[in-house]
Amino acid sequence: MSTLAIDKAGPSRKVKYGSMSRDRAWALRWSYFFLILFAVFSLTPPIYMLITSLKSSAEIGAATNPWWVFHPTLSNYVELLTSNQFLRFFFNSSIVSIVVVIVTMLISVPAAFALARMKFWGSATLATGVFLTYLIPDSLLFIPLFKMLAVFQDLTGVTLLNRWYVLLFIYPTLTVPFCTWIMIGYFASIPKELDEAAIIDGASWLQTLTRIFIPVALPGLIAATIFAFTVSWAQFLYPLVLTTSVDQLVLPVGITTTLIKGDVFNWGQIMTGALLGAAPPLIIYAFLMDYYIAGLTAGATKG
Amino acid sequence: MAEVNLRRVVKRYDDVEAVRGIDLDIADHEFVVLVGPSGCGKSTTLRMIAGLEDISDGDIMIGGDVVNDVPPKDRDIAMVFQNYALYPHMTVAENMSFGLRLKRYPKAEIKARIDEAARMLDIEDLIDRKPKQLSGGQRQRVAMGRAIVRNPKVFLFDEPLSNLDAKLRVQMRIEIKKVHQKVRTTTVYVTHDQVEAMTLADRVVVMNKGRIEQIGTPQDLYHKPATRFVAAFIGSPAMNFLPCQIEEIDGRLHVRLTERIAFPLPSSRAARYKDVKPDQKLLLGLRPEHITEANGHAAPGVETFDAMLDVTEPMGMETLIYFSLAGKQVCGRVNPNACASDGEPLRLAVDLNNMHLLNEITGAVI
Repeated sequence: MSTLAIDKAGPSRKVKYGSMSRDRAWALRWSYFFLILFAVFSLTPPIYMLITSLKSSAEIGAATNPWWVFHPTLSNYVELLTSNQFLRFFFNSSIVSIVVVIVTMLISVPAAFALARMKFWGSATLATGVFLTYLIPDSLLFIPLFKMLAVFQDLTGVTLLNRWYVLLFIYPTLTVPFCTWIMIGYFASIPKELDEAAIIDGASWLQTLTRIFIPVALPGLIAATIFAFTVSWAQFLYPLVLTTSVDQLVLPVGITTTLIKGDVFNWGQIMTGALLGAAPPLIIYAFLMDYYIAGLTAGATKG
Repeated sequence: MAEVNLRRVVKRYDDVEAVRGIDLDIADHEFVVLVGPSGCGKSTTLRMIAGLEDISDGDIMIGGDVVNDVPPKDRDIAMVFQNYALYPHMTVAENMSFGLRLKRYPKAEIKARIDEAARMLDIEDLIDRKPKQLSGGQRQRVAMGRAIVRNPKVFLFDEPLSNLDAKLRVQMRIEIKKVHQKVRTTTVYVTHDQVEAMTLADRVVVMNKGRIEQIGTPQDLYHKPATRFVAAFIGSPAMNFLPCQIEEIDGRLHVRLTERIAFPLPSSRAARYKDVKPDQKLLLGLRPEHITEANGHAAPGVETFDAMLDVTEPMGMETLIYFSLAGKQVCGRVNPNACASDGEPLRLAVDLNNMHLLNEITGAVI
């Protein structure tokens, strides 16, 4: 009886351990397979851009291997970086993005603090409402927005259309709701006792926000900042619709409208411009990546 | 330093009354512990004193001034929270000085106060560390330090030891007592642990369902509970309650537990219970330490009987015994050398000089 039981237990245990490690091995194989697939998929376009940006127009037009540079040249970079027009786009994009980030943070951080902590009538509904506004696609909003700005111009005589600074008013409609939402989640994960301790220690609401909540929620704040910057930097539809003069354009619109003349595509410079344009967000991501990940996941794990 | 007075304080959440009109006077320098099961309103009461909750009705006075509408920062109180609530981005010194820095105290004074509190709490070596580099006990010390440096009128503790393991809790309990002996600040301390309440308090306030059941010194509550709730809540293992009746046998009052068991009352108790009606439903309250092994010597008020032990729990310095009596499980405490073992009979002695008689319906101690 007892020997039978032992015989039975022996092989079944072996199989169990074996299946565990086999499961793990397969899981790892599949993970690597999909990770490599994903890496190839997302890295191919930028590599192709880099290769093309190092070619002259003649080489791009020639029927050679598109994945290899036979006569590398920096002429595209030199031309763009010495062109006043391109530098203007870059400047416009930079100033718009930086100001939008500042405005967004100034609005969404106090808003999130109020919605997360100062329980007032309708605060929960308002918090949901803030997020709902983010769900309305900008492709639906640009026509009424354009109309509103036109009417505003007729009524007041203040010209906002076709001025780069109109974007300072428009972009926050995209960034503020999302950043507020991120910060609400993050602030909500801070234990209630922390602000009670601060209040008892004599801090006002503003001091609680600036001296306790902002430092403690810094990863979330950085995540929101990166998001706001990326959205402002990459936004295409609104500036395409709202600005038309060459000196008012931001980078994404500038590259596509000035470097494509009719059906002539200046591929070398388009690729160069796109690469140069992608550089600032890339650099910011690289430096703040750890914070960014912590910011997006901390709310979930801290509860 | 100051006294704290509560006058018919009520807290309502929508239509639920969490605190139902309590009166409490806490003297200057006094250490008062609010104790009760969860949901009894003790934490709410503390938070109302702190100003973290509005009061729905009544008055709260600190140092003689009504503070109903005074914000927490102007009440001159300091609070220690269960989860420490240390500011994670600040060092120990910054945590402790935060309140003083907000009030723009001179740097030298802040430093002096931190040094003194750190010395008192034995955290001088930790002063430059961040909270996450500290153990639970150290964090609780820092939280206390943050309260001490403020030199407030009143200390409020909200279950400060509940997050610590059992050993550390005992140690910190002693620390808290030592700190109070040194600074003598009026203290209100909330806990659900009756041992903490008994060991720390000058006076214990037992709360139940939003009301105060009884206020008294630990000894008072233990020996003279006013209600069944207090009698059952204070003391571990808990008091035994046995259904009983009072009857007169041969001109002497007896307490009858079963048809076969009736104990004659000692004369002091007999005098107290002489007006109890014979048909009244009663409970006999006996603490486990008043049920011991019979030692063969007769003493006034001590009666003996035989019991079949169900379970014994040797604790080292004593053995807890469990047996059935009058349909209830009863706990007693016997000497570890009393040869008590599971399933064996033992002759036991009840000390009726320390008995309690309760009205079964109202729960009041007679």
